[in-house]
Order: sequence, then structure tokens, then C-alpha cells
Amino acid sequence: MSSREEILNRIRQHQTNISTSLPKVPNFFDKSVDIIDAFKKSLLIMGGTLLLVGDADPLQALKEKIKNANVICSMVPEIKGNRELNEQNLPKELDDIDYAIVRASFGVAETGSICLTEKNLMINTLGYLPQHLIVLLDPAKIVYNLHDAYAQPEWYSVNYASLHSGPSATADIEGVLIRGAQGVRSLSVLLIS
Amino acid sequence: MNHLLQEEEQPRGAKIRGRHPVDQLEAANRFIAATAHEMMHDNRLWDLRKKRDAQMHAIPEWEELRQLASDIKSHTLDHLADYLEEFEHNAKKNGIHVHWAKDAQESNQIIGDILKAHQAKSLIKSKSMLGEECGLRPYLQKEGIAVVETDLGERIQQLDDEDPSHVVVPAVHKTRTDVSKVFVKTLNAQPGNNDVHYLAEWQRETTRPYILSADAGMTGGNFLVAETGAVVVCTNEGNADLSANTPSLHIVTVGIEKIIPKMEHLAVFIRLLSRSALGSPITQYTSYFRGPRRGGEMHVVLVDNGRSTRLGKPNFKPGLKCIRCGACMNTCPVFRRSGGLSYGSVYAGPIGLILSPGYDPHKYRNLPFASTLNGSCANVCPVKINLHEQILAWRGELAKQGELSLSKKVIMKALGKLYANPKAYRQAIQMGDKILQYLPHFVVYNRLNAWGRQRDLPEAPKKTFHSWYKKHYMNGKGDEA
Amino acid sequence: MEVGLFIPCYMDAMEPEVGISTLKLLERFNVKVVYPFDQTCCGQPMTNTGCEKEASATEALFVKNFAKFDYIVMPSGSCTNQVRHNMNAIEQTDEVTHVRTHSYDLVEFLHDILKVEAFPWANFPHKVAIHYNCNALRGLRHASMSERREAFFSKPKNLLEKIKGIEFVELQRPDECCGFGGTFSVFEEGVSAKMGRDKVLDQRNSGAEFVISADSSCLMHQKGCAQRMGIPLRYAHIAQVLNGDIR
Ligand code: SF4
Repeated sequence: MSSREEILNRIRQHQTNISTSLPKVPNFFDKSVDIIDAFKKSLLIMGGTLLLVGDADPLQALKEKIKNANVICSMVPEIKGNRELNEQNLPKELDDIDYAIVRASFGVAETGSICLTEKNLMINTLGYLPQHLIVLLDPAKIVYNLHDAYAQPEWYSVNYASLHSGPSATADIEGVLIRGAQGVRSLSVLLIS
Repeated sequence: MNHLLQEEEQPRGAKIRGRHPVDQLEAANRFIAATAHEMMHDNRLWDLRKKRDAQMHAIPEWEELRQLASDIKSHTLDHLADYLEEFEHNAKKNGIHVHWAKDAQESNQIIGDILKAHQAKSLIKSKSMLGEECGLRPYLQKEGIAVVETDLGERIQQLDDEDPSHVVVPAVHKTRTDVSKVFVKTLNAQPGNNDVHYLAEWQRETTRPYILSADAGMTGGNFLVAETGAVVVCTNEGNADLSANTPSLHIVTVGIEKIIPKMEHLAVFIRLLSRSALGSPITQYTSYFRGPRRGGEMHVVLVDNGRSTRLGKPNFKPGLKCIRCGACMNTCPVFRRSGGLSYGSVYAGPIGLILSPGYDPHKYRNLPFASTLNGSCANVCPVKINLHEQILAWRGELAKQGELSLSKKVIMKALGKLYANPKAYRQAIQMGDKILQYLPHFVVYNRLNAWGRQRDLPEAPKKTFHSWYKKHYMNGKGDEA
Repeated sequence: MEVGLFIPCYMDAMEPEVGISTLKLLERFNVKVVYPFDQTCCGQPMTNTGCEKEASATEALFVKNFAKFDYIVMPSGSCTNQVRHNMNAIEQTDEVTHVRTHSYDLVEFLHDILKVEAFPWANFPHKVAIHYNCNALRGLRHASMSERREAFFSKPKNLLEKIKGIEFVELQRPDECCGFGGTFSVFEEGVSAKMGRDKVLDQRNSGAEFVISADSSCLMHQKGCAQRMGIPLRYAHIAQVLNGDIR
């Protein structure tokens, strides 16, 4: 008997199958909440930065941020970087990037998260190896809470996706919070369609 | 105090002597004697508990979410085999290799074989309690594979050759000076520089080359979603996503109880997990692996290691609902004052008290007694595990298996007899000035006078309630004792 | 209404005055109180050590002593919890079920059954910290629990509030266990004493003059710690305060 069969057999012997129908999960949507406002607040709690949309040039704040950077890799048409990526790049080759600029699939107001999929990133390490990450997010694509988030179609089509909620962080030494652990040191979000 | 904190030697964990019963109390006493460490530890974990409370109060549906989480887990455990098969089917469809391991040894071997088949000599790894449970790292190192932990706390513990002391914050018992000493010795860090930012940065800098050059990466898994065949990993440092996405080989090791049916259920658990663990709304990264990345290969090893057996024990089955958030440890007054390493077991604190004896009732027979049965753990548990009831149930189970210590056995037998016999009981009490030798029996009925070492003994009154009542209500009559 | 009074074994010997206060307090409300002479213990020390077998004769004796009463009342949340929730070593006959479902802790009995509105004979012009025994809190639900998202309530506080002059102070860790834990207090002495000391410090820092609890066992432990530490806090059982014996 293979281990697989052995395990499944033992489980079938022991599981009771008596109780329980599968609970239905309500959405807990609170209509009184201003979604965009809530997203901004949550993003800050998680250590993210909000880039203001400029009046004359909506991308002004973003451009300001990257103007002194050496290596910029942009996956969005709005901004041109100086490092092109193609699907043949090895994941580790992204290590010298200072700023990566990507567009998120959607955002989550409850937690200030943005969802980056393999399509947004092209190479998954683009979300982690660069020093800093800038994310464009269409404000119309912010959902209220995690129940909405996990009802999005992305989860059924991509091989990889991650909810980023602020930059990488650790508090493993004496509880001192440090933003910028192994992944990006900062995460900035620009709400722009 | 802060000065003292940085001077004080780090207390070490329980002394392990093979399968000999772990003396948790001995290690706890040493931890308490290191007053500055103990105070830092207690305060820090209590702070996590307070942050958790704040998150709870911010979510009106909190208790409803806990009930849902518990119900989803109960349902899943009752249909575990079906969901595992569904997961396997969907994962394979997406191109994931699925393996089944009945115990730690088989799990280690499967992982070793995958690595060998890829000629992998180096592995970067994010935190996995299952890996600790299986002794994976020592196994791989024996097989000639260099393993580097990428989580800061886990890395500190690896470099210090010490087990993690907490499922979420593995080095929570160490001060910055303790960490600095480890890094000076092992990573060539600046001696005497115990600035936390420096230490964390130094770890980042020294780990990055391993991440870029590793042949394989490994993560644990917080959840498996049957419906999509996906693995969900929740971390804060970005190290799991780096470990999974940088090398071309990604291996996941995960316990079979981590499965949930559908994506809609995932939301319930993600809402609870980090709020319960660290008091943050969500982990910085909540990552979803549904298949190998382009040009990569992904393996999932489903590990049983006692879980399917536990499923058949009605008293202890609810322990399988655990999502390893660590909230029960943070709230446990005994854990906060003993340190996780005092338990001498991979799983410490309340969840450790109920899991460990399942692996080895003799070695861990003292653990279920390291609790006052206060029940705070069950209240914070996001999946509503009846922790304190299971702790009590384990005491009964150990008594049945003959695993009570001799002193407990003798005292309880004597007490049980005495309390069942009112005459003998009254006689025992009426021995006048010897009253303290007998009463309250369970308090002073032992030769070491454990009560009086650090506490004053209560003054024995002249009369018992019993005799007062007799005198004032019964004209001195009532019982003949 | 005939009430059987159970005086916990440690109280009988160490704190008889709490038993006396309890008895006299109940009698003020025209309750007929009977103290069965053959009582010993509720079985908790054995049960909590996992020794069900050793507890069974004690449990049987308890039932024999108390089965005939309308209510069984005891000035101890933790013994009540034992009887109500853990008395499983003996066969669950109708008698046993009656005893288990009609056992009340003094606070519950005053608050939920007698619904007492006033204690005009009592007076307590002191700053008070309430200590909740963990079994009374989380087993009997004497009060809301800090770990749960639930509205605040506290039966002991509701009762004490009716006393003239009393003032309440809050602890930093309001329902943290004090480390008594029954047999834990001696089997795990080091951790128990450390928890006790931490509790006493929290109480002192709160500005309390008195610590009041529905359980003498916790108080005995806390008092022992406080005395050893040289901290002049005073400890009283709620029965003594409600009956006006300590003022
Ligand atoms: S038992 Fe509950 S509280 Fe403890 S780690 Fe598991 S899920 Fe978290």
C-alpha cells in the first residue's frame, strides 16, 4: 500500500462525517464605509505610502520619487524606466533594481492590500528583490474587505498572486518594528485609473 | 533595568535527555531567575495580546468569524480525505507535483530525494513549524545540503543552534544583545553594535547572496485550498516569496490538516490569522501559489505524522484545527514567564501542551501540568479550540497510561481516600496544631513545603467552620467525630 | 426554599470566618440554610490532576450530602465550576444531575436567584480591585472576559456597587490568572509564585487598598505573596464585605 492510500484509509477510518454542513460565509459588508478613504488609512497602518495624484501632472509625485534612482524597472506604460524585462530573465537578475513600478489587479480597503499577480509582475521576484516598489492602482478596483478580495476571478486563473500590505517588515528582535526586512524597503501606492 | 537586560546572560531551554520526561519547571525557574529576560518576554508577548484585543474590538463580527473558522475546520476534518483528494487533483492539474508522507522520516526522505534529483546543494527556506517537527534541517544537512533560514527570527535561532521558542516569533526570548553576540560569532557583525536596525540590516545583507544563488527554495503552507489546488503562505518579511520565486525549484511542506474547502473560506482565516497572532490586520504578504512559475517546478509534500491518528481520538481531534497563530502562547501566563524553550518541544505553550504528549506521552508527560487551567487560551484561539479542556483531558489520559509522577500519584490516592471518608477527614483536621500538615491537603501535603518557599503561609485559625457551626447551631452536636 | 451550604475544604480549615459570613448573609434573606455535616471536598484536586478514579468516591459523597436540597450554595466559584462542569467521575444519575444543575456560587445565587437589591447593613469606604478566579470568570461567567468581544458585565461588581462608600480601581491586566491554580500552586511552585507576585504588583500599582474576590483560594495565594513582598494590601472575600463583617 502506498503512503497515500495508507493515510487516506486511516483518515476514512477515523473521520466521523457526522456533523456539519459546510458553513456559508456572509460578506459582512458595511455600507457606511468610504472604501477609498478606508483603503488609504489601512495602507498607512501597514506601513505603505500614499502618493498624491498631482493636479497638473498626475504622476508628479511618482516621478519625484524616482528621479535620483539608478535602476528603474517599469511595467506600466505611464512611466518609462531604464531596465527592460522579458520573460527570459532569470528571477535573480532583478536584484540590482532600485525601483520597480507595477500596476495592481485590485486593492482591499479593509487591509490596505494590493493584489499583484504573475501577470502584473512578469517575473515574480519583481515584487521582492528591488529595493522599493511603486504600485499604480485604479481606485475603482478597490474592494471593501477580504471576503470581496477572495471572490475576485484572479485566484482561479493565475499560478501566483500575492496580497501586499505595506513593505516587508520584521519585529523579530525585541519587537522593534523594522520596515524593509528581506523584501522591498518601501511600498508606495498611487491611486490612478 | 534596560542596562540589566543587556548584561544578563540568556537563559537556555529545557535539558533534553533522550526520551526522559522533560522537566519544564526546572527550565522555567531558570528563565524566571533571569529577571530582565523574563520581564522583557512577558511584556512583549502581553503587548501582542493587547494589540490582538484592539484588532478584535475593531471588527464587529469578530466572534462570528471565530465561530465560522471553527465550523469550517470541523467540517473539513469530518471530510478530510475527500478534500485532500480534491486538492491533489486540482494541484496536479495545475502542474504541481504532490507527494504524501506518512511520517517525519518519509517527509524528509521525499524532500531529500527531490533535491538530489535536481542536483541541488543549497536550499533557502522560510519558516515552517512542520519542518521543525520533522527535524528536516538536520536531516538535509546530513545529506550534504546547505540550508539557510531566511526569516530573521528563525535565522537567529539557526545560527545560535537553538530551537525556535515561539511559532510566530522564534527569537522572542532573546534580547538585542543576545542577537548581537550570535551575529558577531557567526556572521562577522560589528562587536558591541546591538542596534536593532543594524542587526536586521546585517541579516538582510548577509542572506541576500544565499537567496540569489540557492538551488532550491522551500516554504511551509498556512492553508491549502481544495477548490483551486493552491497553497497559501502568510509572512511579513518577504522571505517566503523570495524563497519560492527565486530558485527554479519550490518545495512546500505542509500538514494534511491545513486544508480548507474553498476560496470564500480563506477570507475568514486570513481575517483572523494575523490579527490573532501579532495584532496586525494582515501579514505584509499573503501569497497564493496555484502552480509552478514559468520555467520552474513546484512540489507539495502532504505530511501526516500522527495527524490521521489524532483524528480518531474524539478528545484530542479539535487540536487539528490549529492554524499556528501563537495567540494562545501570547496570552498564556505560564508561557510568558517560562519561555518557549522550557517546554523542550517543537510546540510550546497551550497548543504544545496538547500536541506534544500525542507524539510522546512519556517524554512530555509533565507538560499538561504546566497550566493553571485558566482558559484564557481557548478564548483567544481564532478557531475556538477548547485548549484548557484538552489540557485537563491529557492529565486524565496520562494518569490512565500510568504517566503521572510518583508524588502526584501518591498524594491524589491519599486525598481521594481521605475526602471520601468524613470521619477520617474530621479526625485528620482535629489534630490541632498539626493542622498545617494536613490542610489544605493539596497545598502543604508534601515534604518540600513548596507553598512556603516564596509565599507566607496563611495563619491557621483556632477553629474550623465545622466546629464553629456545631457549637453555634447544633448545641455542640451533629457529628461524632 | 432549602439551601445546602457547602464550605470548601480549605475554607473550612483556613478561612472559617468566610463561611460564617456566607451563612449569616444568606440567612438575612430568609433562606433556610443547612450545613450537612459529612461534607469534605468537591473533588477538584483529584479531577484537576487527571485522577478521575480517585475523585469518584469524593464526588459520590458530595452528591449524597446535597441531593435533597433545592439549591446548593458555596462561597467558591472554582468549586461550583467543578461540580457543574467537571463532576464526571461518577455515573450521571438523576440525583447527580440535580446536584450539578442546582449548585450555585454565592455571587450567582445572590445575583441571579435571590436578585438582591441592597445591602443596607454594609459599608465599605475603600478603593477596591476585584479579583476574578479563572473558573468563576471563564467557567461560570461571573463577568465579561477581556479576550472576547462582548459587552462589559460583572456580577460581583453589580453586587458590590450596592454598598455605600465603595470605590473601584482597574488593573492593567484585569483578568490575568494569579497563578494559584489549585495543585499548580505547589506542583509548579516557581511559576505560580512569580505569577502571584506580578498580580500583587498590578494590584498595588492600581491604588487598591483592598482586593475582593469570590474565591478565597486565590486570595490566600495572593496574600501570601504580598506579605512576603512586604506590600500592605488587604484581601477579603466578597461574603465578608457584603455581610458587613469587614468594613
Ligand atoms: S491553538 Fe488556537 S490560538 Fe493556539 S496557535 Fe493554534 S490556532 Fe492559534
